[in-house]
Amino acid sequence: MAVPSTAVPSVVEPTAGAPSVVVNGRERALGEVGGHVTLLDWLRAEGLTGSKEGCAEGECGACAVMVLRPDETSSTAGADGATASTWVSVNACLAPAAALDGQEVLTAEGLGRPDALHPVQREMADRGGSQCGYCTPGFVCSMAAEYYRGDRSPAADGQEPAHEHGPNGFDLHALSGNLCRCTGYRPIRDAAYALGTPVDGDALLTRTRTAAPAARPTRTSSPQGSFVRPGTLVEALGLLAEHPDATLLGGSTDWGVELNLRHSRTGLTVALDRLPELRSLVETDEAFEIGASLTLTEVERRLDGRVPLLAELFPQFASRLIRNAATFGGNLGTASPIGDSMPVLLALDAQVVLASRRCEHRVALADYFTGYRASVRRPDELIKSVIIPKPLAPLVAFHKIAKRRFDDISSVSVAFALTLDSPSTGSGSVVTQARIGLGGVAATPVRARTTEDALVGRPWTPEGAAEAAAALGSEGTPLDDHRASARYRRAMLRQSLLKLVSEQQTDGASR
Amino acid sequence: MSTLAERPVNPKVGLEVPHESAPLHVTGAALYTDDLAVRMSGVLTAWPVQAPHAHARVTGLDVAPAYAVEGVVHVLTAADVPGVNDAGIKHDEPLFPDEVMFYGHAVAYVLGENEEAARLGAEAVRVTYEPLPSILTLHEAIEAESFQGHQRTLSRGDAEAGLAGAAHRFSGEVEIGGQEHFYLETHASLAHVDEGGQVFVQSSTQHPSETQEIVAHVLGLASHAVTVQCLRMGGGFGGKEMQPHGFAAVAALGAVLTGRPVRLRLNRTQDLTMSGKRHPFHASWEVGFDADHRLCGLRATLTSDGGWSLDLSEPVLARALCHVDNAYWIPDIEVLGRVAKTHKTSQTAFRGFGGPQGMFVVEDILGRCAPLLGVSAEELRRTNLYLPGQATPYGQPVRHAERLRDIWQILLERSGFAARTAEVEAFNAAHPHTKRGLAITPVKFGISFNLTAFNQAGALVHVYKDGSVLINHGGTEMGQGLHTKMIQVAATALGVPLSAVRLAPTRTDKVPNTSATAASSGADLNGGAIRNACEQIRERLADVAARMLNVHPNDVSFVDGVVTGIGFHDRQIAWADLAQAAYHQRVSLWAAGFYRTEGLHWDAERMQGEPFKYFAYGASVSEVEVDGFTGAYRARRVDIVHDVGDSLSPLIDVGQIEGGFVQGAGWLTLEELRWDTTDGPHRGRLSTQSASTYKLPSFSEMPADFRVHLFERATESGVVYGSKAVGEPPLMLAFSVREALRQAAAAFGPGGVEVDLGSPATPEAVFWAVEAARSGHPEPALAESAASEAYAAGEHSGAVATEHAITESASTPGSPSLAQA
Repeated sequence: MAVPSTAVPSVVEPTAGAPSVVVNGRERALGEVGGHVTLLDWLRAEGLTGSKEGCAEGECGACAVMVLRPDETSSTAGADGATASTWVSVNACLAPAAALDGQEVLTAEGLGRPDALHPVQREMADRGGSQCGYCTPGFVCSMAAEYYRGDRSPAADGQEPAHEHGPNGFDLHALSGNLCRCTGYRPIRDAAYALGTPVDGDALLTRTRTAAPAARPTRTSSPQGSFVRPGTLVEALGLLAEHPDATLLGGSTDWGVELNLRHSRTGLTVALDRLPELRSLVETDEAFEIGASLTLTEVERRLDGRVPLLAELFPQFASRLIRNAATFGGNLGTASPIGDSMPVLLALDAQVVLASRRCEHRVALADYFTGYRASVRRPDELIKSVIIPKPLAPLVAFHKIAKRRFDDISSVSVAFALTLDSPSTGSGSVVTQARIGLGGVAATPVRARTTEDALVGRPWTPEGAAEAAAALGSEGTPLDDHRASARYRRAMLRQSLLKLVSEQQTDGASR
Repeated sequence: MSTLAERPVNPKVGLEVPHESAPLHVTGAALYTDDLAVRMSGVLTAWPVQAPHAHARVTGLDVAPAYAVEGVVHVLTAADVPGVNDAGIKHDEPLFPDEVMFYGHAVAYVLGENEEAARLGAEAVRVTYEPLPSILTLHEAIEAESFQGHQRTLSRGDAEAGLAGAAHRFSGEVEIGGQEHFYLETHASLAHVDEGGQVFVQSSTQHPSETQEIVAHVLGLASHAVTVQCLRMGGGFGGKEMQPHGFAAVAALGAVLTGRPVRLRLNRTQDLTMSGKRHPFHASWEVGFDADHRLCGLRATLTSDGGWSLDLSEPVLARALCHVDNAYWIPDIEVLGRVAKTHKTSQTAFRGFGGPQGMFVVEDILGRCAPLLGVSAEELRRTNLYLPGQATPYGQPVRHAERLRDIWQILLERSGFAARTAEVEAFNAAHPHTKRGLAITPVKFGISFNLTAFNQAGALVHVYKDGSVLINHGGTEMGQGLHTKMIQVAATALGVPLSAVRLAPTRTDKVPNTSATAASSGADLNGGAIRNACEQIRERLADVAARMLNVHPNDVSFVDGVVTGIGFHDRQIAWADLAQAAYHQRVSLWAAGFYRTEGLHWDAERMQGEPFKYFAYGASVSEVEVDGFTGAYRARRVDIVHDVGDSLSPLIDVGQIEGGFVQGAGWLTLEELRWDTTDGPHRGRLSTQSASTYKLPSFSEMPADFRVHLFERATESGVVYGSKAVGEPPLMLAFSVREALRQAAAAFGPGGVEVDLGSPATPEAVFWAVEAARSGHPEPALAESAASEAYAAGEHSGAVATEHAITESASTPGSPSLAQA
């Protein structure tokens, strides 16, 4: 834990004005919030009590609000009439309020009034989408963000809607991070699927035609500590060199939990989430380089399926609310053994680019972790990007074992990236290369090396994979805990390979 | 005067109207208790000092270091209590204990200028403890004979004789998991003292009158000096029936001592670690079936885990005993019930109130025994449904028993049960690694508080001179739509439009001596009281109108705010004009209403009587799909036919049915409470104490296809406008999900063997059931190793499927498999 120090470093230029947030169209001064007052607590202290605290750890979504962000889908962003920005739902309980300096936030109160309901609110109210009403403002915000999603389009006439999508193109996963204890969800789904399209002249739609506010350098202090958002990577690295004990902030989906549940306080919080140098995604002939501060949603949309294993990961990673904030940089910085991105990145043979004031260097992800929530990253270094080398293995899968399909933490996760000698997956083919990443079986995410060796050179059949499956069942040292027994975890490791080979062999026909 | 069940012309009950607060909910304008604190100045925040022991004596409490923390105003301890240091109704729940009875028990509270100060102050309080031995699991409690409260036996006939004469006898054991309420709004109270010394407490409580009584006795005040108000709750589910009292008393005590408003809102972890939950149960049983597969005898012992104090454990147990039969005729029966005392949170009311645990026993028996009897589970259940003329084991005739079979038949047809059974079989034959299961289960649930005295309610109805109506009643709104229904009842009884009626928040200074909004009885009781008040007013107004219309008062009709004489529609009076006229004639325009449920009696010691006004009936069909590799499953389709009488408010009722069902499915298949039962330093700590570790159903658990049908022509005589209670019964419709999972697991094996399923039936538990089914043995060797591993890690409330496999019957000693006499 960082040593408390409230001194604001001198390298950051003062901002033009005092930190402020535009909430529901009205600018409000943030005040001396420092780094530990969450957006939720700040909104509520401002009298905007529509946003609720249900869990304070990003699980329930009762605190969900919308933030205006640059749109990642449109190549014509900013062009005439095109979408330039987009409303994004986030958990207000996880983000420090200071991180919203200069940004635009919308809450359920700003969406409509009891006597002038927004279409989303109208559908929710009329269809019995609220019972106790406590989770409702959060649901409304998640639903409204999806309502305004620029590339949401209804299924064509006579076409079945996509899986877990409404006929209006509404992606049910938009609500995956919102919990309701009363309704059983059916009326909420019906409300979401009944939504039309925003009409011309809709103020919030109009707002997306112009750019979202740029991130601006920020500094604010409170007795508990300071929050600084540097304007450039150089500034950030300078800060880090001066204050190696600073807490680095990506999407704050993990730090927010530390703040709220473990009451961690830190002298200096340095926000990296909007640094332009950490927000690019580049594809070359050799690799994909993904900026550490892009949110998972942004990565998902920019890649658009080009890395199939990541495409399989994203819908299973926490919830839309979390993916709208969480970053690879944050996931790798935390180095949790049950973070779902790590097994996948291990299977993709990813490298981490670490930068400090002195140098920039690459580390193979497999060599990155050194222990429970520990890595080779030095205190003066930050994670700049993640590199995924090409060519990508053709046979990939991500198996997440959890109690729920949506919004859950893995008890075990397994990512496969295999190459076979024959392009077809017929019974004649032999495994020529195998990378398997595991989560939840050791103090760090690990590669299943023994299993990989047992697979290579063997025929890709249930019989051929049986020995490797047994090996996979012995990888790591799974524990008993409240999520699962060690015995189940081991069984799931074994089963995951059998499931993969079985589904591959039969092409899903007899699943 | 009409009878209670009759509806007038153009009734406002029965209309499909949204929740009365829906526009406030969706815009964030609806206020909950802690939202009020922001709107008040100078509010102090209270924070608990929680003990890190399951059981310990407090040997020292040094509060001085807390005062060194900036912003700490006061540390509340037992020494501050002017009245009685007790937060319960059984005098076994000291508000500030000197003996810690569970891990997380609060021994003091710190008041701070803000949350940060109060929390840091609480961390600074120095408490010393002398750890004492603790009992955590039901097994430990049963072994140590650690029980509390009364032990009751429910019996009829001669269970021994019934079993002895059975063609088939089985015995077994089962452990039933508990459940956290996980209302989205945690416990919250806000108290201040007004200019007259009145203590005003806003509380998220289902039972304002009892909150008032506890606050008064802690403060040493008379009840008239304390007012409790509840605007609304962000969910209750029974968790706010008893548990809010102590928190309200802490806030009130702080307000009295400091003269400033005090808020106490638990965060999620505090709420999970401090407040009571659904009782876990253990049951052992012996059952007999005759040659036609009819239940002929049942002997069982039910032990509930009551936690550290009694709270509502005795009535919860009584309801469990009264629902062991569920919807089935069991001629000879003897069921012993007892409450274990353990060092855990004090378990409390939770939707169903013991009914679900009681029904679990018989549904588990039927599900496990059907394959051994060589009969389909559907047929076994149908065979045993009550018939008209039969009575429950406690002697209450099962009125309208024919509805059970009607509902069953309608549901089989609506769900296409026969065709889909064939489809499921075909699917299973074609898919080695994925299996489907289809199951139907019934619900019969008794409505009324078992304790007869609670079955009363009051209301206050005002008609103002302009004709607008303000209603007030003793029930609380926790999302169940009670207030919506009460507005509909008042509008119907007065013959005015819904827009003429406004509802004021529940307050103890408006309607006194109320019962908890619980036992699904809110609409029955408060609706009766509101209707009574409205009819008093309407009768007086009929006299006024009769004089104006020159007709007999009995011939005055009130419809949609228009008052006419029967057949004299050329002359009419606007409702508002009639109110004005009545005022000028000095006719009272307001009334207090009262209702008591007639015909109830209950002998709690003998467990005999007619404790229920009526039974709510329903049945559900669930289809699930299980992945044989992982045990993961999905609910593909759920069909429900449920009896709500003539619905007061169909949108609300369907919401209660769907929401109750999913909550029940959560209890049975997903939600898992785990305590540290090792002898380590955190023995007794709840290890699932956050939303990231305690999983309630999310969107992914919603049945993909969810069809609810209200049983038609279902008028319930003797209840307000012919309706029936709906809050709790649908929760128990979820047994069909568990039974469908059992069938899907069985389909992985050769069949004909019993499939035991852990509670909750998590993917892990289902996986072990699948493994057991594959091996073709109900109690494979691997179960033992699973159990020992699981127990090494902590209490394992059934994730290991075959831990309690059916054991052999005494009549066939030595037989390794299930006994059949």
